[in-house]
Amino acid sequence: MASLKDLKNRIASVKATQKITKAMQMVAAAKLRRAQEAAEASRPYAERMGTVLGNLAAGVQGRDDAPKLMAGTGKEQVHLLLVCTAERGLCGGFNSSIAKLAREHAKKLIAEGKTVQIVTIGRKGFDALKRDLGQHIVEKIELTEKKIEFGRIKQIADQILTMFEEEKFDVCTLFYSRFQSVISQVPTASQIIPATFDVEDDDKAASGATALYDYEPGEQEILETLLPRNISVQIYSAILENAASEQGARMTAMDNATRNAGEMIDKLTLSYNRQRQAQITKELIEIISGAEAL
Amino acid sequence: MADTFQFELVSPDQLLLSEAVTAAVVPGTEGEFGVGAGHSPFLSTMRPGVVRATGANGDQHEYFVRGGFADVSQSGVTVLAEQAIPMSEINAAYLDQQIQNAEEDVADARDDIERQQAELVLSQLQEIKAAL
Repeated sequence: MASLKDLKNRIASVKATQKITKAMQMVAAAKLRRAQEAAEASRPYAERMGTVLGNLAAGVQGRDDAPKLMAGTGKEQVHLLLVCTAERGLCGGFNSSIAKLAREHAKKLIAEGKTVQIVTIGRKGFDALKRDLGQHIVEKIELTEKKIEFGRIKQIADQILTMFEEEKFDVCTLFYSRFQSVISQVPTASQIIPATFDVEDDDKAASGATALYDYEPGEQEILETLLPRNISVQIYSAILENAASEQGARMTAMDNATRNAGEMIDKLTLSYNRQRQAQITKELIEIISGAEAL
Repeated sequence: MADTFQFELVSPDQLLLSEAVTAAVVPGTEGEFGVGAGHSPFLSTMRPGVVRATGANGDQHEYFVRGGFADVSQSGVTVLAEQAIPMSEINAAYLDQQIQNAEEDVADARDDIERQQAELVLSQLQEIKAAL
C-alpha cells in the first residue's frame, strides 16, 4: 500500500491536471462559439451555390462538352483523398475518427486495385495516416493561422485544381467532420470532383424554368468559373465545420477529463483519510498496550 | 408602390443582406444590369463593382463586391460574391491596396489570357476609385 506521502503527492498531481483540463475546456467553449458562428455563417453561401449549380448542371448533364470537373475524366483509376483534421490533439476521438473513415475508404479502394493519393490538411491527420498509408501521402498542408481566411483555402483549392488539370487524379473525396452539435460531430466523406448534385427530380419538375435561363456571358463560361469556385467553397465550409467540430469535441473531452479527475481526487482523498485514521488507531493501540504491560 | 422581390447578398463568410427590395443594380461581367420584380430568369458572372439595392421602404443598400455571380430566378435575386463589403466601410486606402494587389497580379501573370484578366480587374478597380 502506498504511504501517506505518496498519496498526498498523487492528489496534488491529479489536482494540477484537473486545473489544466478545466482551463482547456473553458478555452474550447469560448472558441467554439466563434467557430460555430463562422461555420453557420458560411452555410448560406454553400447552400445557394449548390442550388444554382444544381440548376445549371441539370441543363448540361449528359452533354458531351460538359466540363471535366462535372463529368469526370471518364476514368476512376486514381483517387485523391483530401483529409481535413485539426492541428492539435487532446480533442477526444475527433482526429482519429476522421482518420479512421479515410483509412477505411483508402483500404477499400486499394483492395479494388485503385491508386490512392492522399493530401492531408492539418497536422494530426498526417500523423495518424503516415504509419500505414505513408507512401500514399503526396502532400501535407498545415493550417497554422488562427483565423481561416477564404483566400488561404482558395490557394489550396487552386493547388488541387492544378493537379486535376494535370490529370494526376480522377476522383477527389473530401473527409471532414460535420458539426451537428457540441456533443455530436459526424465524420463525413463527400465527393467534390467530379461534382455531385443532389437535385431531386421533384425540384427539377417544379422549377421547370431552368431551360429558360438566360446566361451571361454563356452557360459554358459560367460553369467554367463556377465549378472551380464551388471546389474552394466546399473545402472552405468543410474546414469551418471542422474547426467548430474540433472545439466541440475538445470541450466534451476536457469536460470528461475534469470530471474523471474530480472522481479520482475523491477516491484518493478517501483512502488518504482512511490510512491516516488507521495509523492513528495503530499508534493509540501501541501506547495503550504499552501502558497495560507496565 | 412598386412590386418587391427577395434580394440576398451572400459572401463565403456571411449572409450580408436578405430583404424585400423594389430594384437592384448588379455589375455583370458584360455590363451593369438592373433587376426589377418579375425579371426573367438570368444568371451572370460579376466584375468588381458596386451592388445597389433599393429597399421596400426606400432604403439604399450599397455593397462593394469582388467577383462572384448573380442569380436572378423567379423567387428573387441571389448575389454570391467572393468578397462583399458595405460601401460605408470602403475608403481610398482599401482600394489602393486592392489596386496594388491587382498590379501585382498583372506582373505575375503567366500567359496572355491571365494577364488580360488581371488587367481587366485592375482597370475596373481604378474606375471605382475614380468614382469614389
